[in-house]
Amino acid sequence: MTTLLAAADRGSAEAAGPAVRPILMKGNEAIAEAAIQAGCDAYFGYPITPQAELLEWMARRMPECGRVFVQAESELGAINMALGAAATGARVLVSSSSPGISLMAEAMSYMAGSELPVVLVNVMRGGPGLGSIGPSQSDYFQATKGHGHGDYRVPVLAPSSIAEAVGLVADAFEIAERYRTPTMILADGVMGQAMEPVVPSYRMPERLPDGWQLSGANGRPPRVLQSLHLLPEELEAHDRHLQAKYRTIAEREVRWAGEQLDDAEIAIVAYGTAARVARTAIQRARAGGLALGLFRPITLWPFPSDALAAVAPRLRALLVVELSAGQLVEDVRLAVGDRVPVLFHGRMGGMVPTPGEVLDAARRAWAMTEGPAVSR
Amino acid sequence: MEHGTILCGFGGQGLLFAGQVLAQAALLEGREVSWMPSYGPEMRGGTATCSVVVSDLPIGSPLVDLPDSVVALNPPSMARYEPLLALRGLLVLNDSLIEAEPTRTDIEVVRLPCTELARAAGDDRLVSIVGLGALVARRPIVGGDSVREAMTELVRKHHPELVDADLAAFAAGFDRAISELAVAASGGSRSA
Amino acid sequence: MTTIAPVGPDAGSRRLIYGHPEMLTDRSSHYCPGCGHGIIHRLVAELLDELELGPRTIGVASVGCSVFAYDYLPVDFVESPHGRAPAVATGVRRSRPDAFVFTYQGDGDLAAIGTAEIIHAAARGERISVIFVNNGIYGMTGGQMAPTTLLGQRTTSSPTGRDAAVAGYPLPITEMLALVPGVSYAARGSIADPGLIGRTKAMIRRAFEVQLAGGGLSIVEVLSTCPVGWGLTPVESMEHLAHDVVETYPLGVLVDRLLEPPRDRAEG
Repeated sequence: MTTLLAAADRGSAEAAGPAVRPILMKGNEAIAEAAIQAGCDAYFGYPITPQAELLEWMARRMPECGRVFVQAESELGAINMALGAAATGARVLVSSSSPGISLMAEAMSYMAGSELPVVLVNVMRGGPGLGSIGPSQSDYFQATKGHGHGDYRVPVLAPSSIAEAVGLVADAFEIAERYRTPTMILADGVMGQAMEPVVPSYRMPERLPDGWQLSGANGRPPRVLQSLHLLPEELEAHDRHLQAKYRTIAEREVRWAGEQLDDAEIAIVAYGTAARVARTAIQRARAGGLALGLFRPITLWPFPSDALAAVAPRLRALLVVELSAGQLVEDVRLAVGDRVPVLFHGRMGGMVPTPGEVLDAARRAWAMTEGPAVSR
Repeated sequence: MEHGTILCGFGGQGLLFAGQVLAQAALLEGREVSWMPSYGPEMRGGTATCSVVVSDLPIGSPLVDLPDSVVALNPPSMARYEPLLALRGLLVLNDSLIEAEPTRTDIEVVRLPCTELARAAGDDRLVSIVGLGALVARRPIVGGDSVREAMTELVRKHHPELVDADLAAFAAGFDRAISELAVAASGGSRSA
Repeated sequence: MTTIAPVGPDAGSRRLIYGHPEMLTDRSSHYCPGCGHGIIHRLVAELLDELELGPRTIGVASVGCSVFAYDYLPVDFVESPHGRAPAVATGVRRSRPDAFVFTYQGDGDLAAIGTAEIIHAAARGERISVIFVNNGIYGMTGGQMAPTTLLGQRTTSSPTGRDAAVAGYPLPITEMLALVPGVSYAARGSIADPGLIGRTKAMIRRAFEVQLAGGGLSIVEVLSTCPVGWGLTPVESMEHLAHDVVETYPLGVLVDRLLEPPRDRAEG
């Protein structure tokens, strides 16, 4: 488990070998460059804190690379430009932060219905409403349970380091195109604003063969990309097709990492920045004799329910740590049922829990579950 | 060994850059490093903060709640971060702006006139680099050579004409922190 | 006009001047009797034929009665969310510089929910052509008031007639767009009689040619009918269109910047 985490954290360092020197990059900029290196053909965006550097990086680099960059009139404009570009088979990136993602929800639903691939980056900030510009994870429900209307799902990848974010960008394009679905990278203000070492060695996913993309019906029957199916029978058949696709994604694309779980008595469940804070808390806890471990979902949908359910019976409790009011908690409870107590510590509004706070929460969890082993 | 540093002061004092130099120096040494600028609620009041964590193992929280070192360039920074310092942590104070004395006795304090030293090196805005020099003199988080190399690399990109001034500011902070130590060892009082 | 090789005993002496455009499918349309979309679809189809654009055309269908344009115009099509067609077309255009790109939008779509998208596509001077069908009403949802509804006009959401004090004034959006330097061509036509249909076709041709010549956004507003929404017979609708609607929406070419001196074009 530990090796899993280390490999994920170091991104492509091992693959790259010693010849490529790591460089320090801001998360926003690293994600942007990783997209360019992954073959992103077009980027559309609108300024919003804390993801503005991503837009700025693209504004400079995309034209340099002969690619498409447009600063749209709104997030609505940006995501619909992405829809149009994706319809032509372009590899498309869009980025925003929470309030902007809400505006993009409409087109996310249309793209899911029309089966158009796009990678969407949400560098989350505090909500609801205009909220704050501080780091947050309060869009978990939005990312994993919806955005827009209708029966659809979106794969969600949550990096916990900047190096990992770089690797997940290529994965996201691959998933988006393989399954013809919008795919989201869910980061937060810390992941966007911090600088960490990145090995500038990138992966460009293979392009899938032409088959549905719009290019002009030259010598072939015309193609129509639509989400409208006015006959309920026809729409139900289409929805069944989508659901079958989502089942395949749920079977094949689950990603997670564990750290020090082998001898852990309490596992912290956390993703993104919360997982980083948890790691420091775990180090301090272990120095004080408390055997804590980390279970870190990397795909938030599909959620690693089976893996968590397999780990849970060995533990006296799960402590969910989030930069939210406890949204991840619901998926954790669904995964483990009543096999193990699920406790929660979170901060909201742009506040980040400190390692000290998390350690205190872990100590309380430890004390609450002390004594004869509860039936597991 | 993990070392968490907070650099804090007014916006415009070059804190983020000084933190970046420290992070880049750690990178040159092949260490794990994270750099996190003040951002969000912390920016209220025009105070700029930057957390730099250097470690030999993958880094946990990029935000530092129990700093091993604090470089405080203005009074509010000292008020805010002195209480958070880890036991036997280092507090670098900009004597040019901070009159108050630290209250804790379980930490190490180095006071030096960062602003004056920066001006002498060529530019007031080098004040953070002076503080960085003092930090590295007292806490070998990274080697001095690595800092000089990192600084040269970063400054040369956009302002090659300022490399010498930056190096001078770093040396001024470094040397003053060492000589303060010698004064303290000989039982003398601090000189501003 | 589409020409088809004459057949029959007198083939040599006859010339067929009216036939079924290749770029119009055989499907019977879902449009109501007296609806203008059929005529406007046909004009677009004839021009796709005449300019030989079909093989490289990507159309953007919008939300409203004309969403099914892709059932009648056999070219590649992408369906847009309501009002966003100019943004979708921007993405298509930027990714496929060689394609011929047009949107087909109604007045609710373009002049209400999609106002930001059309104005900023215009501001960017996107090389797209916009067919803007204005029948002054939301047809598909049952005849509600649109931003283009005439003062005093009764709709299901202005049951006593549009009152400026409550619902404001008809929006002259094509005149507004004509002010924007990124718009190379803007015109307003009508389908009220065969002569006007011919003029409208010439406008759409010019709009398409402007795109082919590398100009900025080109738009043709086509005043059209909605007998069901208006509560009129098809014939009454045409009369209303010919005599009443044009008083609020005068016909003609509003701007053709490709005809202006090069200095002005450079500024645009």
